Amino acid sequence: MKRNRREFLQHGGVLLLLTGASSLAWEHVAAGEPEAAPGYDETAHWWAMAIDIERCIGCGNCVRACKAENDVPLEPFYFRTWVERYAVPAGDPEHPAAESPNGGFDGFPPAAPGEGIKRFYVPKLCNHCAHSPCVQVCPVGATFETRDGLVLVDKNYCLGCRYCVQACPYGCRFIDPRTRTVDKCTLCAHRLAKGLTTACCEACPTGARRLGDLKDRKDPIHRFLAQRPVHVLKPHLATGAKVYYAGLDGSVR
Amino acid sequence: MEELLRGVEGFMYPNEVELQWSILIVIYPFVTGLVAGAFILASLERVFNVEAVKPTYRLALLTALAFLLVAPLPLQLHLGHPERSFEMFLTPHTSSAMAMFGFVYLWYLLAVLVLEIWLDYRQDIVRWAEEARGIRGLLYRALTLGSRNVSAEALRLDDRAGRIITIVGIPSAFLLHGYVGFIFGSVKANPWWSTPLMPVVFLFSAMVSGIAVVLLLYVILSRIRRRPVDMACADTVARYLFYAFLVDFSLEMLDLVHRIYEADESFRSLDFMVHTRLYVPHIVVQILLGTLLPIGLLALTQVLRLEPGWRLRLYVSAACLTLVGIFAMRWNVVIGGQLFSKSFLGYTTYKLAFAGREGLLPALFTLVLPLGILALLLRLLPPWEEKAPAA
Amino acid sequence: MSRSPSPSAHLLRMALLFAAGLVVFLAVRALLVPQGFGRYGHYRPGAAEENRARPLHHAGEAACADCHGDVAEAKAPGPHAGVHCEACHGPLKVHADDPEAVKPALPAVPALCLRCHREDGAKPKGFPAVDGSHGGGEPCLGCHKPHDPRIS
Repeated sequence: MKRNRREFLQHGGVLLLLTGASSLAWEHVAAGEPEAAPGYDETAHWWAMAIDIERCIGCGNCVRACKAENDVPLEPFYFRTWVERYAVPAGDPEHPAAESPNGGFDGFPPAAPGEGIKRFYVPKLCNHCAHSPCVQVCPVGATFETRDGLVLVDKNYCLGCRYCVQACPYGCRFIDPRTRTVDKCTLCAHRLAKGLTTACCEACPTGARRLGDLKDRKDPIHRFLAQRPVHVLKPHLATGAKVYYAGLDGSVR
Repeated sequence: MEELLRGVEGFMYPNEVELQWSILIVIYPFVTGLVAGAFILASLERVFNVEAVKPTYRLALLTALAFLLVAPLPLQLHLGHPERSFEMFLTPHTSSAMAMFGFVYLWYLLAVLVLEIWLDYRQDIVRWAEEARGIRGLLYRALTLGSRNVSAEALRLDDRAGRIITIVGIPSAFLLHGYVGFIFGSVKANPWWSTPLMPVVFLFSAMVSGIAVVLLLYVILSRIRRRPVDMACADTVARYLFYAFLVDFSLEMLDLVHRIYEADESFRSLDFMVHTRLYVPHIVVQILLGTLLPIGLLALTQVLRLEPGWRLRLYVSAACLTLVGIFAMRWNVVIGGQLFSKSFLGYTTYKLAFAGREGLLPALFTLVLPLGILALLLRLLPPWEEKAPAA
Repeated sequence: MSRSPSPSAHLLRMALLFAAGLVVFLAVRALLVPQGFGRYGHYRPGAAEENRARPLHHAGEAACADCHGDVAEAKAPGPHAGVHCEACHGPLKVHADDPEAVKPALPAVPALCLRCHREDGAKPKGFPAVDGSHGGGEPCLGCHKPHDPRIS
């Protein structure tokens, strides 16, 4: 059947062409693993983050530091981390109002005065879920969970299909318009591998954000989890989120 | 882009403001739906021996092929890196419904559709291989695979093989479109999409749209060929359209009633959206014009005794409305599902560009191209015997 | 071609075509799947390394203290003890790597101070926040030293 054969030939020919054309990029992809951080043992860590709502002042340092550290596009549609401000009417916790002007990059303007309104800040980022729905839906394996608990993106493999962006319940993924692949918080994997903390935690002036290593018995996150009332976002979705919020109001989505 | 920010009402997570899946992702399920539906119609004759629809049998198969060949195009236009799409064949992630696309597509195209068409046309291909000259003759001769044996035994084998393929093809068609429904239905992050009914609703709306498009094409082509429409065929096809529509409508109403009744956290957000931003596409176009009206018109033809001219007019009107309605259904699922925030605190807008990779122009092209391919297929593999050539 | 093939010849030939196609597919696939894919999970192990190979822009508090130990000491007893250097001074890895070549610009006051301390109705209880009337128009540095802002 000519059509059948023709299609096979066409597919085969295109495949060869593509292979040839992208061989440079593919060599890089197909080759082994460059050693970026010799001495870093993935299996010795299980990263998480502790966020204390009672300390967040909405200064936006974290948002700015992250964009600087990770070369995130500056337009207001691309955030690896952002800060939200909630305004919860005292008598109506089911109808909060929230805002995040430019993700909190420039801080927040003074809020309009109002009686009986509870206001607070909520920093958000990728939750590096242990049972991540975004990893589950990636058709090719371009996003994955590492052995030290980080959900990362393989920018050389990602198709840009955006299924993972749809599957993330927390809105933490976006498409980088420059690479046309998915991007998101990496928990500064490049810093963790060198024994440093994340850029957002480095920049946070009040200690509202603190990196934690759940495998380290001495890490303060254990006391944080044991002593504070702690929540994760959208627990009913059972994502295994590893960003733990202390003092989180029930109205926060 | 800044326009997008002004279009936000309430609060969206900052990364949600810009929609991820565009009109191209509306078109893909629409097109594969036509494929699955047209094939199911064809299989009615082959497997369930509904003789009346025979005049549309080959047309349905060719229609399915034409649309299936174009189906990957909207996806490739949408991908950030279409040149990497072959990775789905290399390292398919078995937990991802989308990963099965490459295999299901290839399976359905080659092992089902192409084989079935080949087997059904073989006797004619052998005849054309002897009659035709030039490139066309070459094509037919290649299609014979070197064997011009059309003895009774060979034809019997062809018929058996064709039957088996059709039987395998029905669940394959279900899979081809059902998995698309599952792609949406399994996203727990999105309550507009996440329902076990989604694959079933997609499938039945696919059958409805596929049957409608074949009915429409049959009537149009009969006009072009100046041949009378086989009314027994048209009546039967329209009847199946009516039944499929009743099931489809019931399923969609079940989903709607269930949502309204349970009224969970997402309901307030979705309800507001349906009454504002989605009002025209959902209530007016999908439900009123695209479902209730064609069901009503078809019901009229079942209940009243109308003469053929009027029946045909109603069938054609119903079929056109159906196609618009099913497109609107895909739109409301894909676009609608992205218009509200996952925080349930706000809404955004969809800016459809005219040109650009994901604009209206390429979208329309992906819908028109299959018709062009179908025209070519109709020339190469004419479905009907022409007793007297059309002037 | 002139000898009449058997009634099932075309079916067998088609089956052969399919088999050939499958073989080609498997061969091409074997060539193209990235090395080591699937070793730790359904991903390319090189990808984790690529993520870790990104350049640093923030040096981290410890790096600053190496040369600026006096500032670290000045900060330690005051309320800014937990405020890392780069929180106010911005990412300074380039400076830490080559202190002479890159001299950081001092951040502008009062904009810098107000970034954290301006009252906006949502600050947590107990956090020192001020509005326009604070200080009666005096510049911040008139009364507060940035590293230890306590008024002595």
